[in-house]
Amino acid sequence: MSDPLVKIRDLKIEGRSDETWTPIINGVDLDLNRGEVLGLIGESGAGKSTIGLAAMGFTRDGVRISGGSVEFDGIDLLGASAAVKRGLLGKRIAYVAQSAAASFNPAHKLIDQHTEAPTQHNVSSRSESVQDGVELYRRLRLPNPDEIGFRYPHQVSGGQLQRAMTAMAMSCRPDLIIFDEPTTALDVTTQIEVLAAIRDIVEQFDTAAIYITHDLAVVAQMADKIKVLLKGDEVEEADTRTMLSAPTQDYTKSLWAVRSFERPKKPAVLTTATPIVSVCGVTAAYGKIDVLHDVSFDIHQGRTVAVVGESGSGKSTTARCITGLLPPRIGHIEFDGVEMPLDYRKRNKDQLRQAQMIYQMADTALNPRKSIGEIIGRPVEFYMGLKGREKRKRVEDLLAEIELEPTQYIDRLPSELSGGQKQRIGIARALAAEPKFIICDEVTSALDQLVAEGILKLLAKLQDELGLSYMFITHDLATVRAIADEVVVMKDGEVVEQGEKAAMFQPPHHPYTDLLLSSVPEMDPDWLSNLLNERGVDNIGDAAVDKM
Amino acid sequence: MAGILKIVAQRLALGLITLFVVSIIIFVAVNLLPGDFAEAILGQGATPESVAAIREELGLDRPPVVRYLEWLGNAVRGDLGTPMSQALFSAYSGSNAGSGIGTVMEQIAPRFRNTVYLAGLSAAIAVPISITLGILTALYRNSAFDRAMNIFTLSSISSPEFFLAYILILFLAVLNPILPSLSNVNAEMSFWSSERFVKTLLPALTLTLVVTAHMMRMTRAAIINLLASPYIEMARLKGMSPMRVIVKHALPNALAPIINVVALNLAYLITGVVVVEVVFVYPGIGQLFVDSVKIRDIPVVQACCLIFAAAYILLNLTADIMSIISNPRLRHPK
Repeated sequence: MSDPLVKIRDLKIEGRSDETWTPIINGVDLDLNRGEVLGLIGESGAGKSTIGLAAMGFTRDGVRISGGSVEFDGIDLLGASAAVKRGLLGKRIAYVAQSAAASFNPAHKLIDQHTEAPTQHNVSSRSESVQDGVELYRRLRLPNPDEIGFRYPHQVSGGQLQRAMTAMAMSCRPDLIIFDEPTTALDVTTQIEVLAAIRDIVEQFDTAAIYITHDLAVVAQMADKIKVLLKGDEVEEADTRTMLSAPTQDYTKSLWAVRSFERPKKPAVLTTATPIVSVCGVTAAYGKIDVLHDVSFDIHQGRTVAVVGESGSGKSTTARCITGLLPPRIGHIEFDGVEMPLDYRKRNKDQLRQAQMIYQMADTALNPRKSIGEIIGRPVEFYMGLKGREKRKRVEDLLAEIELEPTQYIDRLPSELSGGQKQRIGIARALAAEPKFIICDEVTSALDQLVAEGILKLLAKLQDELGLSYMFITHDLATVRAIADEVVVMKDGEVVEQGEKAAMFQPPHHPYTDLLLSSVPEMDPDWLSNLLNERGVDNIGDAAVDKM
Repeated sequence: MAGILKIVAQRLALGLITLFVVSIIIFVAVNLLPGDFAEAILGQGATPESVAAIREELGLDRPPVVRYLEWLGNAVRGDLGTPMSQALFSAYSGSNAGSGIGTVMEQIAPRFRNTVYLAGLSAAIAVPISITLGILTALYRNSAFDRAMNIFTLSSISSPEFFLAYILILFLAVLNPILPSLSNVNAEMSFWSSERFVKTLLPALTLTLVVTAHMMRMTRAAIINLLASPYIEMARLKGMSPMRVIVKHALPNALAPIINVVALNLAYLITGVVVVEVVFVYPGIGQLFVDSVKIRDIPVVQACCLIFAAAYILLNLTADIMSIISNPRLRHPK
């Protein structure tokens, strides 16, 4: 067999923090043959993206390669001059970034960005590469391939941009493409389309690829072989089917097992019980445009209602209506059978106390300048009127409740905590008001799977102990399966279907629910191929949504 | 496009309202100046009777609101009044006020033309230089070139203007007599004549030194600010050269702050250059303004203020509109 296309040996990379260099990759080897797809998986901080970029001979600011070698087709990338590397990048090695919306230059049309690499690298003329771009757009099944390139990035949707970026990476027919979490920011239905498009085009042009992701089910569809990373070290590498069926390392097994958490079924709600929260025929608008249409559902005591749907379906807007941040145009909200003032400014302290929120980005939801004690102490004082010793005692109890050692954490700043710990602080802050009802807005979607599982278990424990009700906003159906008692499916600001979880996961479904459910990637490496065969190529993702 | 026209119309209306508010402030402020024209012109011989007589003749004894409304009404029609000094002399010489000797408008117009010429020439030199230097310092950031440019421009903005002016005179007029040190342009020189150009060059160079630092550093900062963006990383990963990354990928997105700082400096060139005018004896509007304040010639002071305010508003308005146009999200809505 010929030499591998990419050959990385004992790669060591360091990152700078506070003027000192700390290792982030501790000697990783990697081989990739022509036409082969390697999946790099691991949690955040495992060094996946850093290795992906290093395979291009590139490091971000504040990061340096401190040892080892990177060879691309026999060229030593670490020793090569900047000019030599520039000659390879874009032409023979291309990159597809996580957020296409941020990685396309907002000032230029898609096609101008598409043709930049071929014209600058003297691969083809502009008119040739425009033609080629349109052809690639067509192959990637973008709508209106003839004119979509002449739009600016902000005029094109996220899933379409991601495909346009894949087309751009293909513009010089590179030997190697690095895909850095290309579908992480997308909805499940859109993700399928992008995955299918990427897989097709990589196969057609026999391009080698490094596919970086934290989603095991996704990597199972895309990769020929998988390498698992943990904190800058390789855990194991094997071909996809072996890795899925027989992982050898404990860490890999624990990753595989994450999706097994599921709460036991609760007894059905008494039909006579007054719901804790009732959303009654709510229609709401931003400006003059209605974004919610006649939304109604109930949340009963001690139960979790998952609200699922894609971005823009009105999940968070419903939450804003319940909390009074966005007064509904028509309809009203009841807490415990009592109609609430629509605007939060008109609610009294006790009414405000009853509904609390936990946010998606714990990073931005916690004041970075306040200590944990102050952050949790604020609602304790505001709602409960506790001061001094009593307040501190209550804060300590709350910290114990969220399983963080009080004395150790009470004086820290949010920046000294990990993502999962910050999210726990968010939970404690919500609990401080002693609410009956908490809205959890995508609380686990920014977290790694193991950490997310910990948060879900904590929320379940708190529900059992305190009898809380949750409205759980999410787009991740695995989370729904794990924690929900009831499910509300939303699309375009309307409730499409609602009911008990068990019933929702059993056919027959509303067609949209069916589409959502079937779009969630499964660990079976043949899942995507089977699904595409079932649906037919013109009926996947966005196309299928549009037909409804 | 319709969206942009609407925004432009809104901004224009807002600009007019601002100008109106500013006119009130100007009027109040000018009337708060200690002393008045009558006392200033009479000096030692200011008896209460003579002061009262002059005040009455010039209408200064009427209530401020009436005077304001009259001034505003005339200003809207383009009549900025008669300089008090002229009015007084004409009264003594027996001829009609304003005839032959000139209105405020006639006094200001040639001065304003000179000021615009100087500002335009300075801007024509300074803006391209600053933006080019800004791009180059961003490209070679933290290099010796970057540091040297920063030190040079910061020193020039930190030195008093007259000092810079004298240094330029020393090197370009005295030691090497290339340019005239006296910028006594006059109305006979046509706007595009080379004589006017040569005579204005030294003050223009002085002003270039004054405004370059600001614009250059803003260009540099605005570009560097964007270099951590994912699309800049993308451009690098496409193998684009550093120069192309900056000019093609960073600069178009950095235009809004650059346009704003350029507008601010242009406004400064029109309104704040009196020191340079004095050093080079350049007959601009700044000198006229200071002279008029000295003798409390209220109509001229008010007219100058109004022109300065209008220039500020107009330039900022232009900057706003250009920033909007430079943003593709507003140019091409979904």
